[in-house]
Amino acid sequence: MSNILQAIDVRKAYDAHVALSGVSLDIPERSIFGLLGPNGAGKTSLIRIITQITGADSGEIRFRGERLNPSHIAQIGYLPEERGLYKKMKIGEQLLYLAQLKGLNKTDATKRIKAWIDRFDLRPWVSKNVEDLSKGMQQKVQFIATVLHEPSLIILDEPFSGFDPINANLIKDEILELREKGATIIFSTHRMESVEEMCDSIALINRSRKVLDGPVGTIKDTFKTNTYEVEGKGRLMVIHPDFEVLEHKERENGYFYDRIRLHEGVTPNDLLRYLIGQVEIHAFREQIPSINEIFIRRVRETMPESLVEENV
Amino acid sequence: MDQIWLIVQREYITRVRKKSFIIMTFVGPLLMSALFVVPIFLMQMSSDEKKIVTVADAGGLFSGKLPQDEKSSIRYVHAPTDLEAAKAEFKKSKNSALLYVPPFDLANPTGIKLFGRENLSLTLQTSIQRTVNRQVEAARLQKSGIDQQVLDNLKADVDMDTVNLSDEGEKSSNSMVTSGVAYFMAFLIYLFIFLYGVQIMRGVIEEKTSRIVEVIMSSVKPFQLMMGKVIGIAAVGLTQLLLWVALSSIVITGVSAVAGIDTVAASRTQQLETVAQSAGATPKETEDKTAVMYKSAMEGFSNLNLPLIIGSFLFYFLGGYLLYGALFGAIGAAVDNETDTQQFMLPITMPLILTFIVAQSVMIRDPNGPIAYWMSMIPFTSPIAMVIRIPFGGVTAGQLLLSMALLVAGFVATIWIAARIYRVGILLYGKKVTYKELSRWMFYKG
Repeated sequence: MSNILQAIDVRKAYDAHVALSGVSLDIPERSIFGLLGPNGAGKTSLIRIITQITGADSGEIRFRGERLNPSHIAQIGYLPEERGLYKKMKIGEQLLYLAQLKGLNKTDATKRIKAWIDRFDLRPWVSKNVEDLSKGMQQKVQFIATVLHEPSLIILDEPFSGFDPINANLIKDEILELREKGATIIFSTHRMESVEEMCDSIALINRSRKVLDGPVGTIKDTFKTNTYEVEGKGRLMVIHPDFEVLEHKERENGYFYDRIRLHEGVTPNDLLRYLIGQVEIHAFREQIPSINEIFIRRVRETMPESLVEENV
Repeated sequence: MDQIWLIVQREYITRVRKKSFIIMTFVGPLLMSALFVVPIFLMQMSSDEKKIVTVADAGGLFSGKLPQDEKSSIRYVHAPTDLEAAKAEFKKSKNSALLYVPPFDLANPTGIKLFGRENLSLTLQTSIQRTVNRQVEAARLQKSGIDQQVLDNLKADVDMDTVNLSDEGEKSSNSMVTSGVAYFMAFLIYLFIFLYGVQIMRGVIEEKTSRIVEVIMSSVKPFQLMMGKVIGIAAVGLTQLLLWVALSSIVITGVSAVAGIDTVAASRTQQLETVAQSAGATPKETEDKTAVMYKSAMEGFSNLNLPLIIGSFLFYFLGGYLLYGALFGAIGAAVDNETDTQQFMLPITMPLILTFIVAQSVMIRDPNGPIAYWMSMIPFTSPIAMVIRIPFGGVTAGQLLLSMALLVAGFVATIWIAARIYRVGILLYGKKVTYKELSRWMFYKG
């Protein structure tokens, strides 16, 4: 699969701090990409460079192999974290204006606005001013404005913050459909659990550096610790050189919960076989780390370096 | 370019459709005509109300014949010649003042007193004084045996025709008309920069606080957004100006046709006639004189180099607006809300206010002096200073070109600076910016 966007050693510094120190990324075509990291990690700086709001101090961004230039603006749709619309402008006109700024001609824009308006049930509101709308409806309008020009790269900064659950689901469905139609979506968020299930690949950013990236499955595989959760009934006694009990909880009526790590070369079937002889098993599953846990682990690993950085 | 045009359109249409614009468009001319018409009505009204002055003429200055002038706002009435009795009567009456003339020496009149209820107005005081002086003069003339007729014939009243001697030949001018035109243009530019410059600033702040700016920034360059806004609002201002001029002239013509100005002019002429008649001139002569004055004003107006004046007015109108507009835009970008704008507004509004004040005093008096010259060269002051100078005609083509070139250069420079401040400031929230930071923003990369 080819990459729609490539960042190569991108650096950006402001007055007092470094926002990005040598970040490289590959974002595959037709994927959902999670740009994850805590607040202030440099995500928004990177996005502003991709959307050409600011420029990088050094490094390069390539859009489908070409060096990023103003001709790409029309192919990118951006929903910033700080959202807003002209309060005293009618919704229809506002959408038309924003679409035209992206280079769409009036006829096409009008046609598409109509379709989206119907899709989001905004018909009765078209000639209302934005300030007369509820927050949820404003968010819908904002989303339409982001995707109206059918960009091939859609960047959503903190996409679900401020969306109510119903709208959040609506938007999620739309995003998945946009990917089906061929668009690439970048999610940028510090709430990693909110996008984990949707992302095909991710990059973790911490303190201006990329700490980890790749397809979600691969990352999870790498960070698997060969640990299994077991629930059941009976008295469990694990005395075996291949297995290590990390956690053991006795529950009422003789139930138990255990976390057991397998040593190198041992399969889960070996553990199952060993357990079946002793207890009644109700649940057996592999413990897969969440992105959040991976992030924390990864940051801890790189901690010494970041501590040094902080003291500089 | 397409995008700037889109932005210009949006700025223009949303503003022109606003209720406040429509209201101002119709109220503005009414206010303007009110400025013109109301003083005239007030003048008429106040002249209707007569002030009564009691005269206790113990010295026989008026020799029993008090000056009675229908047109004058003062009416004199007799009172007992005894001061105490006169005072008592005055206190009982509602008259404005009491003039007491004791017996006096014609060569050295002293002891004439004016009593008032409260502080007498300066106009009343001077006008009574003039009457007394005239009376004393008349008495002295009579005593010296000169005939009033002879004296009137001796009196000189020469109208000087001012003529401009220039390369293009002689032209009669009228300095009153010229000053008026100059002042009017300077005032319009001053008002326009303030009204619409602040609108640019507000527009930028609005985009910042509504947070739409980042969305826009992902489509257009900050410079395009700023230029679009500045040009769009300029178009709004020009539209309003033209509507005002059109509507005001309709209103003024309407009002003057119905009631005001012709009658005023007529009563003025009458007044002049009476004055002239008392001075012994025939009504015919006076009529001629008024006509000559009017003719000279019109001639002065038509002999102004109107194409040059209007052309350069539009140039400085737009140039000054663009120069200041860019700066106002930069202020808007540097702050979060309007209350924070104060510290940055002062250095921008100072040169503007200063020029306008200097323009009214020094420049109109000496339109080709060194102060006027330098102020008409500096880009920050030239939009006002130059339109003051141009109607007077002392500006050479070289000076005009230099000033215009400097204004364009100044405009490019301020746009450059403003665009840099704008680019950084517009995405910056929740931070109070200092001048030091502003200056650093100019050298940020890309």
